Amino acid sequence: MTRFETVIGLEVHAELSTESKIFCGCSTEFGAPPNTHTCPICLGHPGTLPVLNRRAVEFAMKAALALNCKIAEVSKFDRKNYFYPDLPKAYQISQYDQPIGQNGWIEIEVGGEKKRIGITRVHLEEDAGKLNHSENGDGSLVDYNRVGVPLIEIVSEPDMRSPEEGRAYLEKLKQILQYTGVSDVKMEEGSLRCDANISLRPAGSREFGTKTEMKNLNSFRNVERALKYEEERQARVLSEGGTIVQQTMRWLENENRTKVMRSKEEAHDYRYFPEPDLVQLQIDRSWKEEVKKSLPELPDARRERYMKEFGLSAYDADLLTATKKIADFYDQVAAEGADPKSAANWVSSELLGYLNNQDRELEDTRITPSSLASMIQLIEKGTISSKIGKKVFKELVENGGDPAKIVEEKGWVQISDEGKLKEIVTEVVEANPQSVEDYKNGKDRALGFLVGQVMKATKGKANPQMVNRLILERING
Amino acid sequence: MAISKDQVEHVAKLARLNLTEEEAKVYTEQLNDILKFAEKLNELDTEDVEPTSHVRPMANVLREDKSRPSLDREKALLNAPEKKDGMFRVPDVFEE
Repeated sequence: MTRFETVIGLEVHAELSTESKIFCGCSTEFGAPPNTHTCPICLGHPGTLPVLNRRAVEFAMKAALALNCKIAEVSKFDRKNYFYPDLPKAYQISQYDQPIGQNGWIEIEVGGEKKRIGITRVHLEEDAGKLNHSENGDGSLVDYNRVGVPLIEIVSEPDMRSPEEGRAYLEKLKQILQYTGVSDVKMEEGSLRCDANISLRPAGSREFGTKTEMKNLNSFRNVERALKYEEERQARVLSEGGTIVQQTMRWLENENRTKVMRSKEEAHDYRYFPEPDLVQLQIDRSWKEEVKKSLPELPDARRERYMKEFGLSAYDADLLTATKKIADFYDQVAAEGADPKSAANWVSSELLGYLNNQDRELEDTRITPSSLASMIQLIEKGTISSKIGKKVFKELVENGGDPAKIVEEKGWVQISDEGKLKEIVTEVVEANPQSVEDYKNGKDRALGFLVGQVMKATKGKANPQMVNRLILERING
Repeated sequence: MAISKDQVEHVAKLARLNLTEEEAKVYTEQLNDILKFAEKLNELDTEDVEPTSHVRPMANVLREDKSRPSLDREKALLNAPEKKDGMFRVPDVFEE
């Protein structure tokens, strides 16, 4: 059987988080009642003229720069003509041959291997309306709120070789866009959408095979599943001596299969031509530099810094940089004077664990970088044990406050009074002769049990290192 | 450059127009006349002229990102031949 190599390229659309639409002043807010964010411009009434939104241009530039693209000095808009009721003008204003950004790349990592994926282009365009299909067959209902919301389309090179790489690319792209703040990149709300092109060729071949395009991939999981499905389908067809038909398919999530939407012969012929209602866009060096300066430190750079400067593991650095919000929080905890490594532990295990378990966002909690930093310092100074630290942490996320005060009010200060601890150790050792015996016979676990009993007797307040030492002294002495 | 009847039929299909055989023939002739007329432009020597997408010597006409009130929904739907639940109703279009 022939071995095949898979070739994947992705087209990703991201809605830009501007206040108003790309060519008119209607709001871009998501979830408004149907057709309450429209005007003669976005409804395509005759005689109206579009005027380009400056921030949309800057957001597109920002995204393109974050994706290592070259920014066009001269860019323009074109009409993409097609008849479909989601588009009231019967054309979409897009960019054809002079996109804002070209020739970029991002780096992905799959199975421990790093790989660069090329970005062909980043262009600016307007979103289309939303069609609601009624079940009883009495027509489709159109909501034009979304028409004219600014979008960037990001087209990758056909550089991915497996569905896993496809998913990794999309995740990385989402992470970078989320850092730049130009889009809220929510696949479930449609502010990030993905179409995929996939083809197979005999391993070692340089020519591309015939590709199919898949639409409606509305989650990371679906992107990977749909690509796997199509990869297997094409391999089966080719192995049986068949040929792949170039066509567009829709991924049917619930049925776990694809469905043909249209074949190449019926594909749209968009007849692009320059948009006469808009003038040229000229991006000079100073404008570009200004936008470049507004870019935050991006995830790869930040991850690198956490490993180099703070000595974090790759795993922790990944966890902390997954979203900008958490990374910013962590940076502030470290800046407030907490040891970066303990801060990393508290943020990655306790804080992220809490947010996951409670299904909450950071802003829904009461903890602040400075309160977490003070708490970590209390542990470092030995005022509280890390066990008590967890109780303080819970207090901080739920009610907020000053850790030092909380510890004092709740009487959680660590017991480091040797005399007092000695008494308790004596009681515990005398009450558990079997464990003492076990320890002497080489069962190290027995010591843990004894320490645990002391902690229990002190409600977790005993200084664990001291307890350990005192028990050993008592047993061995 | 001449336009063929096939091309006219193709463009008609893209524009969702149903042409009769006779219409297709007439339009092919008429469109060819128009193209022929426009070909007169080829007489000009444009060797040293930069291609342009716009006749106005302008660039960067931009507006600030400020939202303003939209149309009332009743007004937005005023021209709709059919409407339902605050939306424009169109013939079923599930297949793209």
